[in-house]
Amino acid sequence: MNTTDLLALLPFLLIAGTSVFVMLAIAVWRRHWLSLCITLVGMAAAFGSLWLVAPLVPRKVTSLLILDQYALFYIGLIITATFAIAILCYEYLQRHSETREELYVLLLVATLGSMVLVASSHFVSFFLGLEILSVALYALAAYLHTRRRPLEAGIKYLILAGSSSAFLLFGMALIYAQLGTMELFRLAALLADARNSPLVLAGLTFIVTGVGFKLGVVPFHLWAPDVYEGAPAPVTAFIATVSKGAIFALLLRYFYTAGALHSRPVFVLFAIIAIASMLIGNLLALLQNNVKRILAYSSIAHMGYLLVAFEANNTTASEAVVFYLVAYFITTIGAFGVVTVLSDEERDAGRLEDYAGLFWRRPMLASIFTLMLLSLAGIPVTAGFLAKFYVVTAGASAGIWSLILILVITSVIGLFYYLRVVITMYARVQKEAPHAEPRAIGGSYVLVALTILLVWLGVCPVPLLHVIRKVLPM
Amino acid sequence: MILLWMIVILLVGGLLAWAFGRWSVSATRWISLIAVSADFVIGLTVWICSASRIDLLQPQAWVRELDWNWIPPFGIHFHLALDGLSLLLLMLTFLLGTMSVLASWTEIQEAVGFFHLNLLWVLAGITGVFLAMDLFLFYFAWELMLVPMYFLIAIWGHERRVYAAVKFFLFTQLSGLLMLIAIMALYFAHHSATGIFTFEYADLLGTPLSSHAALWIMLGFFVAFAVKLPMFPFHTWLPDAHTEAPTAGSVVLAGLLLKTGAYGLLRFVMPLFPEAAQAFAPIAMVLAVIGILYGATLAFAQTDLKRLVAYTSVSHLGFVLLGIFAWNKLALQGALITIICHGVSTGALFILVGAIQERLRTRELARMSGLWATVPRLGGAGLFFALASMGLPGLGDFVGEFMILLGVYQKSRILTAVAAVGILASTFYALKFVQYAFHGPNNHHWALHDLGMREAIIFIPMIVILLWLGLYPQPAFNTFNPAMETLQQHAGQTMHALRR
Repeated sequence: MNTTDLLALLPFLLIAGTSVFVMLAIAVWRRHWLSLCITLVGMAAAFGSLWLVAPLVPRKVTSLLILDQYALFYIGLIITATFAIAILCYEYLQRHSETREELYVLLLVATLGSMVLVASSHFVSFFLGLEILSVALYALAAYLHTRRRPLEAGIKYLILAGSSSAFLLFGMALIYAQLGTMELFRLAALLADARNSPLVLAGLTFIVTGVGFKLGVVPFHLWAPDVYEGAPAPVTAFIATVSKGAIFALLLRYFYTAGALHSRPVFVLFAIIAIASMLIGNLLALLQNNVKRILAYSSIAHMGYLLVAFEANNTTASEAVVFYLVAYFITTIGAFGVVTVLSDEERDAGRLEDYAGLFWRRPMLASIFTLMLLSLAGIPVTAGFLAKFYVVTAGASAGIWSLILILVITSVIGLFYYLRVVITMYARVQKEAPHAEPRAIGGSYVLVALTILLVWLGVCPVPLLHVIRKVLPM
Repeated sequence: MILLWMIVILLVGGLLAWAFGRWSVSATRWISLIAVSADFVIGLTVWICSASRIDLLQPQAWVRELDWNWIPPFGIHFHLALDGLSLLLLMLTFLLGTMSVLASWTEIQEAVGFFHLNLLWVLAGITGVFLAMDLFLFYFAWELMLVPMYFLIAIWGHERRVYAAVKFFLFTQLSGLLMLIAIMALYFAHHSATGIFTFEYADLLGTPLSSHAALWIMLGFFVAFAVKLPMFPFHTWLPDAHTEAPTAGSVVLAGLLLKTGAYGLLRFVMPLFPEAAQAFAPIAMVLAVIGILYGATLAFAQTDLKRLVAYTSVSHLGFVLLGIFAWNKLALQGALITIICHGVSTGALFILVGAIQERLRTRELARMSGLWATVPRLGGAGLFFALASMGLPGLGDFVGEFMILLGVYQKSRILTAVAAVGILASTFYALKFVQYAFHGPNNHHWALHDLGMREAIIFIPMIVILLWLGLYPQPAFNTFNPAMETLQQHAGQTMHALRR
């Protein structure tokens, strides 16, 4: 460990430092806006520091972390997403009377955990990162701890994530027992010979189980709808994007580096998970009447689509995954952003009735939500369309036609419930505006920025594609 | 550049119309009218200019072209190109676009700005479809026309609008995604044969495919176009969507959206996969004939006026499908004339029904009778367009359907004979429409105001066009022939390349 290593860790140090700083600031002078400002400045600094770190990569910092272009890209993505979510949290908490300031500490810690995950190159850092993230998330989900729903969400997440961590550890132990190492690159070398040994396969299966819980893919998805519904809207946005995205980035790194997908059983395992997620996610979403639950099931389906690209297992596939994740981040934060802006002190705007006739009351907000939903459905001019196109390209390049066909059919099913929400917003209802709807200035800026990004990526994706191509050969 | 302008004018016009919708409803209407008719004038200018030069007479060359790199990593170009076929369809688009703006002048009273945004954007999407020469761009435009159309039906439609809109969207989206898979398969087949990633239409022509692969890929394209067309048995979305849509929506649906399916068959299916298409032709032609008879029979059975007109579309587009798959000169020319004339006559009928509904507040045939006594000019127009639709000689539809039958005769006499019965059947529904609505005693004592200035401006050009194409269709053929020869040549070359 020398000074260059420390410099390479600058983004991590900055985020960790900011969280401590926010905590101290709360002790001295408890102000909501101050906490937000410190958080935002800290994150902006960490984002800026990426350019300082960029010349140093690729670099292994101890055997635990590897900082390469890929990790830096994801760190940038995570920080940007959290930046937007922090502003949404501010809008959200302004309407609640609970203690507000500590949320940012938790948010920063969770961000730190995600950053460790995307840079992890060792089972230990994998597990540490995951736990840092998860523990912060338990508290975040139950942040409004005087209410039933968030508390339920927090406890549910705690129990299920705890047990999934146990699976993960057991899987790691099995692989360690067979191969005698926990380091990713040594594993990759050893795994080439031992790919089909029972112990390794069992270990991989357990790891997939643990990771599957975090991603919320079928059959490990049971927590998702309840947690999505119960947790505060901006926190849900964080769970849906940053936490899942970081784990997907890690999955990509580990499985591609180790070449685990060349093993037939692992391939089949992921294929089954992908198909089940697409089918069940989309079908169950049809039955929901709560927008947050619909989005929960839709995110299950989206993880299934992502796995289709992941299964393709070539360069196009990894590009597709990254592009899809970026589009998914923008869209999901946007969608939950709208939910946040519409929520009031009593409850989150989950019910479909909350959206009835929204277009006639708040046309901008409804248009933004429409675009976000259309992007989730994969309709052109939005980033979601190109992302889905990229996934289909990846699948076609690998010739996995059956998975693509299921993707296509299920995404038509998906269209049905997205349209249901859309049509509700445009329904003409004679409803008096319920007591001066809250206006959210910061939230509106975030939403407008996300919408512009969404359309820009959907029409002119070339700059992002170049960046992705640059960071990917890992 | 002029091709891009056509699309941009519509897109920007739509945004402006929306923006002004807050302050002034009539400003919105005028902006939309100006935007669409400006496009019409541009199209007309291009047509006249190129007709006097020899652009249109030379196969292979595009009349106008625009080719930009769009997403180079995938080999995607922003490639717009215009030939005789696209030009005629664009003229139809802008004509019917203008008419639908005029037709909504008094009908649409709610959210006028947003309505015109959607109307102009759907027209922009259709323009893109007719111009795109890059398969990705084509798919992009293909999907793009869905969303505004969905809103048009779902927000300004009639009683069961949500059901109809969702059904429309799901049918087209599923078939569209199947086409996307087919496009991707073709893209990778081309890559594995040549090592180049491209979505360029011209490059993909003649891609060597195994006959098995060609059949599947062709079917992927075919399904998308057959649903749009609509071909029996994929037509069930059509009566609902047409009936529930507002007048402008029905006009755009029947006059233009259905034609994108025919255009896709002509431009993509036949030249890209000539052998597979030939192998599939008997099935397609039989389905087309079933569609002709089935559509006509069901049209006759309807009591809802709009539904009646909707089912006639199934019947007429059956002729188009038949003509395209016969794939000889006569049949293709006939198909083109039918495409245009059906657009005009059915568009006019929908506007007419809209006008009746606006006055009577009903579309039920049983609630009308003897309307001629109170609205003679409306009745006259109704009679004219009904006769056009049933294929009266001297009017455009007759020319088209007659030529299709001549062309098909060379392929199959039985199918020709059965399809000819369809023309007979069309007499029944057309006369039923006229007789029940306009003739007889005025039992319900309707006293209505007759066609006004605005409606006359809509109907007179459409009458003129139908007469023109019925009596002297040669200019349309002159424009279309080089493009058609090019298409046939492409198909021949592809076939030849495969044989080698």
